Amino acid sequence: MSSKAVSRASYLSAIYLFFYIPIIVLIVYSFNDTQYSLVWQGFTWHWYNDLFHDSDLWIAALHSLILGVTAATLATAIGTLTAVSLYRYHFAGRKALYGLIFILILSPEIVTGASLLIMYTLLHMPLGFITLLLSHTSFCVPFVIVTVYGRLVSFDNNIFEAAKDLGASDAAIFRRIMIPMLWPALAAGWLMSFTLSLDDVIISYFVAGPEYDILPLRIYSMVRSGVKPEINALCSVLFCVTMTLVVLSQLALKKKN
Amino acid sequence: MKPDRQFQTFSLSAVWAWMFLFALLPFCLVLTASFLSHDASNLLRTPFTLENYRQLYNPIYLRVLKNSVFIAGLATLICLLLGYPFAYIVTRLKGTWKSICLMLVIVPFWTSSLIRSYALIAIIKGKGVLNTLLIALGVIHEPLSILFTNTAVIIGLVYNLLPFMILPIMTNIERLDYRLVDAARDLGANRYITFRRVIIPLSMPGIIAGCILVFLPAMTLFYISDILGGAKSILAGNLIQNKFLIAENWPMGAALSIVLTLMLVALILIYLWSMRGNKKGDWL
Repeated sequence: MSSKAVSRASYLSAIYLFFYIPIIVLIVYSFNDTQYSLVWQGFTWHWYNDLFHDSDLWIAALHSLILGVTAATLATAIGTLTAVSLYRYHFAGRKALYGLIFILILSPEIVTGASLLIMYTLLHMPLGFITLLLSHTSFCVPFVIVTVYGRLVSFDNNIFEAAKDLGASDAAIFRRIMIPMLWPALAAGWLMSFTLSLDDVIISYFVAGPEYDILPLRIYSMVRSGVKPEINALCSVLFCVTMTLVVLSQLALKKKN
Repeated sequence: MKPDRQFQTFSLSAVWAWMFLFALLPFCLVLTASFLSHDASNLLRTPFTLENYRQLYNPIYLRVLKNSVFIAGLATLICLLLGYPFAYIVTRLKGTWKSICLMLVIVPFWTSSLIRSYALIAIIKGKGVLNTLLIALGVIHEPLSILFTNTAVIIGLVYNLLPFMILPIMTNIERLDYRLVDAARDLGANRYITFRRVIIPLSMPGIIAGCILVFLPAMTLFYISDILGGAKSILAGNLIQNKFLIAENWPMGAALSIVLTLMLVALILIYLWSMRGNKKGDWL
């Protein structure tokens, strides 16, 4: 290997170490048999056991799961419909819609959170599951659109034209041709949405009510009290779950690409 | 053969109804709220006023805004300096290595930044991994106190937002036409000149996209300054969150949100300007 290749490889490794060392340390300490010390005191499942018996945490986790699944499903449906419309139809305001999606992806989450809070309050909607669901769906939609649209443009448009010539209606083309061809992108979009929903702090902080506790907000309130082994364990579990989902969604996108 | 229209009408109206309700309407409401007043019993009330925007000149708000522009700007600069060479090297890789390297950047991109910020505490705290390591190596004798300072917030922001700088730059360099680089070399430009006069200008849209994706969140990720900066460091995000959820001064919070939105618009205009000549406008 030339010295140039070595220096490149070491630069990449340094950045990857920066990315991953904190997470590895977090996971290692979640097995450390001590409350405060940084010194290794032996292996324990104790902290995971504590998590397992924390019923409030289970409720928050269940809430997050229900919220994530419903928001991801709704976002995938709306996002797919939008991507397909953008791809197939030339309607008035198509460019505007395109720009709007771009802005939605870039706009700071805190502005989204605040504006949704104002809207729900003016509409007299009590903060809780419904407001969380609508908000999570709305910030996931643009990501689904981008994923699905990216897949659609890689298709040969003649397939859809042929179907049309053979007498298929738009609804039939959507259901019988597009959906089967798009499923890897749909799966990827769904998994991404689920992950986003599972991790979102900022928007949820604005639109969650006191009754419907969800995992990211619970972690946030725990984390503000400082480092504790139970939080290490909880964060390790959650990190591994989202990492698995991300890898799955990337593999889904890769397939047949 | 017109029953087809049904599906088109259905999907277009669903799409527009959704976008209206969850993108346009909320934004118009923030905009309106930023011109309203409030009192003890009403979160928002008439009369319309410019007072909230006038208040932005108040030294308290001005200081927070300046501080967060400074912190976010510095974080963006560090991300760019670290991320650009990284993106460049990874894009030049081939085959499996490239996929692995890409995947390793995407994972932090999508995983919880709250958890990753929390993970940093164990590294940078007084008796944390970093200090223990540096003392053991004899680099320092006294532990560095990083946690609960602006430095900690900047480290946290860079740690969380670096992938957002790397990925757009990578996408951009990926599309770069290397024949232009070869041509520059053939015409006698050295490595440095080629890099500065050819590669950097060609990857400008990626750089600007990365800066937008880093700078705005860096001003608003209130939980990072909350966890890592303690009470000392306040970002614009903390201020907005406080105005809405603690001080219950929604009009002021709305005005601050509008300021952020205007910054976004300015950055997007810069981005579009950098893309001029690129007719396809393929930002998706």
